[in-house]
Amino acid sequence: MSGLNLSHVTKQFGNFTAVNDVSLSVPDGTFVCLLGPSGCGKTTLMRMIAGLDLPTGGSIELGGADITTVPTHRRELGMVFQSLALFPHLTVGENIAYSLRIRGTPKDAQKKRVDELLAMIHLPGFADRSVAKLSGGQRQRVAIARALAISPKLFLLDEPLSALDAKLREAMQVELRQLQQRLGITTIVVTHDQREAMTMADTVVVMNGGEIRQAAAPVDIYRRPADSFVADFIGQTNLLPVEADSAGRASVLGEVVEGIALPAGTAKGLLSVRPEDVQLTAPGHGAIAGTVTFIRDLGGAIETFMEAGGAQVIAVSAPRNRPDVSVGQSVGIRLDPATSVVLAR
Amino acid sequence: MRREPPQRLADYGPLFFPAGMLTVFFVVPFATMIAVSFFQREQGGFYTAAFVFDNYARFLSLFFGKVLGFSLFLAVAVAVACVVIGIPFTYLLSRSPRKIQIVWLVALLSILSLSEVMIGFAWSTLFSRTAGITNLFVWLGLMVQPQALTPSFGAVMTAMTYQAFPYTVLVLYPALVRLDPTLTEAARTLGASPVKAFFTVVVPALRNTILATLIMVFIFALGSYLLPQLLGRPQHWTLSVLITDQAIYQSNMPFAAAMAVFLVLVSLALVGLALYAGQQRQAK
Amino acid sequence: MTALRRLFFFVVGLFLALPLIVVAGVSINARQTLAFPPQGFSLSWYGQIFTNAEWRNALIASLTLAASSALLALLIALPLAWFLWRRIAPWANIFQLLGVAPFTLPPVITALGLLTFWATTGFYGQPWTAVISHGIFFVTLPLVTLSLGFSAIDRSLVEAAATMGADDRTVFRTVVLPLILPYLVSGYAFAFVLSLNEYIVAYMTVGFTMETLPIKIFNALRYGYTPTMAAVTVLFLVIAAVVFGLVARFGDLPKLLGAMSDER
Ligand SMILES: Nc1ncnc2c1ncn2[C@@H]1O[C@H](COP(=O)(O)OP(=O)(O)OP(=O)(O)O)[C@@H](O)[C@H]1O
Ligand SMILES: [Mg+2]
Repeated sequence: MSGLNLSHVTKQFGNFTAVNDVSLSVPDGTFVCLLGPSGCGKTTLMRMIAGLDLPTGGSIELGGADITTVPTHRRELGMVFQSLALFPHLTVGENIAYSLRIRGTPKDAQKKRVDELLAMIHLPGFADRSVAKLSGGQRQRVAIARALAISPKLFLLDEPLSALDAKLREAMQVELRQLQQRLGITTIVVTHDQREAMTMADTVVVMNGGEIRQAAAPVDIYRRPADSFVADFIGQTNLLPVEADSAGRASVLGEVVEGIALPAGTAKGLLSVRPEDVQLTAPGHGAIAGTVTFIRDLGGAIETFMEAGGAQVIAVSAPRNRPDVSVGQSVGIRLDPATSVVLAR
Repeated sequence: MRREPPQRLADYGPLFFPAGMLTVFFVVPFATMIAVSFFQREQGGFYTAAFVFDNYARFLSLFFGKVLGFSLFLAVAVAVACVVIGIPFTYLLSRSPRKIQIVWLVALLSILSLSEVMIGFAWSTLFSRTAGITNLFVWLGLMVQPQALTPSFGAVMTAMTYQAFPYTVLVLYPALVRLDPTLTEAARTLGASPVKAFFTVVVPALRNTILATLIMVFIFALGSYLLPQLLGRPQHWTLSVLITDQAIYQSNMPFAAAMAVFLVLVSLALVGLALYAGQQRQAK
Repeated sequence: MTALRRLFFFVVGLFLALPLIVVAGVSINARQTLAFPPQGFSLSWYGQIFTNAEWRNALIASLTLAASSALLALLIALPLAWFLWRRIAPWANIFQLLGVAPFTLPPVITALGLLTFWATTGFYGQPWTAVISHGIFFVTLPLVTLSLGFSAIDRSLVEAAATMGADDRTVFRTVVLPLILPYLVSGYAFAFVLSLNEYIVAYMTVGFTMETLPIKIFNALRYGYTPTMAAVTVLFLVIAAVVFGLVARFGDLPKLLGAMSDER
């Protein structure tokens, strides 16, 4: 099978397990984002894919060949480091040409390729500049061009945009995605910015504690989280305890909610409801009873915080649907079974 | 607390003692030495104040030309040997686990602090016929009979490299340990083998450090005064040996001082030249 | 690669250790000859350093000289390094340069300068001149470690202390000194150990009136090698290793030698 295949990849540092039994298939040409909280093992996993660290267990395949122990320099990769790692003693052009130079490419072919890449990253004529004199965004592009010089089989980026300001970062996200689609190159990006992941990825891989929690398309990750960690980590959510009553119906915060079913054989679970799916009504009529504790008007959205059955529930509404409530008021909370997901507790 | 230029006299307080000590006991002695180098030597180890160039004129002989040439050659050879071994060694050391680094650093510091007398003694023992390395070769069957390896140029060169090597490593260490490890990792992802990454990234990125280290080790080696004497033949004596010899055994202070001044001038000139060459390359 | 690296480390280690192994072997010889491998086993040569009056006096002279000259070096280096860090005074860097020069120049030059100086001023041969000579010669070491230490101090710490009402003196005592202490200790240790082993400066200034251990060895070399010299060499090596080992044990040696942070 072609593409990148990780099977049961594990990395231990002493008796600390940084990456635990990770299996993942990445078809050719896919854009994957590794997403997760700090210290969850993203960098470690990427370094193993690059061959900079060796796994203590499992295997890695690329294009049908086992590359688990192949040295980094024979993997034909392109990698962009968080620090960018541009060579300070080389000019922009020499940095980009580095991988061609050490492969013995003739000088004129190197120059041609460098010019091509500089045009691609919108920095034509920068070949003879010193890398120290570039702006953050320009350095970023040079690092990307350098990684792509040999048309690698696999393009790896470890938090490539984290040093940029918010505006530039958004622009670079779009640029990076367009570039990847144009080149059709298999790409893996590490990030802990979920917006970034949602913007760019075909597949988002959510990691926690060295394990993959879910790997799916961005919309599915948001709409159908696999567990409470993913639900909570991606976007904002209400995680409400759900229990089966004596008749087997699901009850949330003391109120039976029609249309929700716990998996067979389980009595307890968690219901993930996105704040924009929470509806506020008048109390009673089978709605969950709650009290408004705080209202936050963010301009583009209004967040209503409520206390219900000992839990906090947040509702988000657009300004034109501003709920007519005030702090201290009793309200009814309605959940939509179609957009609610039952998760294991 | 703002960091600002000293305002009142009291602000200069901390400077008085250090400045005074360094002036009286370093600058003045240095000046004294320069003055003495122009003095006239008297019989019996005394000298009188004068202003003569006799002491400098004595260099203009083939003998001193040879000694100077050999001293510079030896110092350059030792500096190159130390740096060539020292760079990969220090690089690998700086990428080793911390515990290993500490053990090596303690060992290197201990050897660095060993007196030249003791280093000379150790190597002359190792190169001797009775207790030397050749006994080991005989025992291994590589040699028929133990033999003395001193005095010889090889012995001088080996011992001086030994003496200067810890110094080299400690001078290189800060720059190498601070070198961003992702630079070599980046080179490897771009297709460079570890050895190639070392030569295409580490060495060029540190070329100024390397040049500075070469100069420092060169001066360090220039100062070796006992090893050539203990392990070499008279033709292996360096300017430092001759200075000591003139000052202590021949009691010719003016001449010793003149040689010392000359040594300083020559080393400063070489340092300047090397820095200038480095800058030229930088500007290119 | 790791095999190659191990081999390289091993070869360098062997090169560094070989002469010392031979010297250590010689130092336990039973008879008064230099022989390796040692013939018989005896620690009497070590005993001689302490029982023979000449060797013992030389040891005491060396230790006294090292302890006091290292202290002097520190007393010169600390105020200088502090001043350069505390004040903006670019012209004062000339003293930094003067402090670094003695150890960087070939030692014969510093030695000869001091020799002519002491001879001219008429103090030649007095034991205390050796203390000043070594103090100046080794001032470079604490100066370098202290400059490194000061540059590692985050100035906002000092500013924070100032906002809490500490004046210059209090800041120095309560913030700067504790932070600089490891560098102070290591600077002293470096100067101490190197002074213990120093030969040429001591020889040129007080060589005819006082015998330190290196001078004693050198003088004895002329009458042939004895195992006692080997014993002294081993003893000094052990002292150096213990001192630097202690510095490493209680301080961050890589950092003291210029590594940036305590990571890795
Ligand atoms: N060389 C190492 N030795 C020991 N532990 C390590 C090493 N490298 C990483 N770790 C540990 O492995 C875990 C995962 O680290 P990793 O760098 O992969 O996290 P990450 O997901 O990239 O985090 P971040 O988002 O902060 O970059 C961390 O707990 C880290 O402390
Ligand atoms: Mg990371």
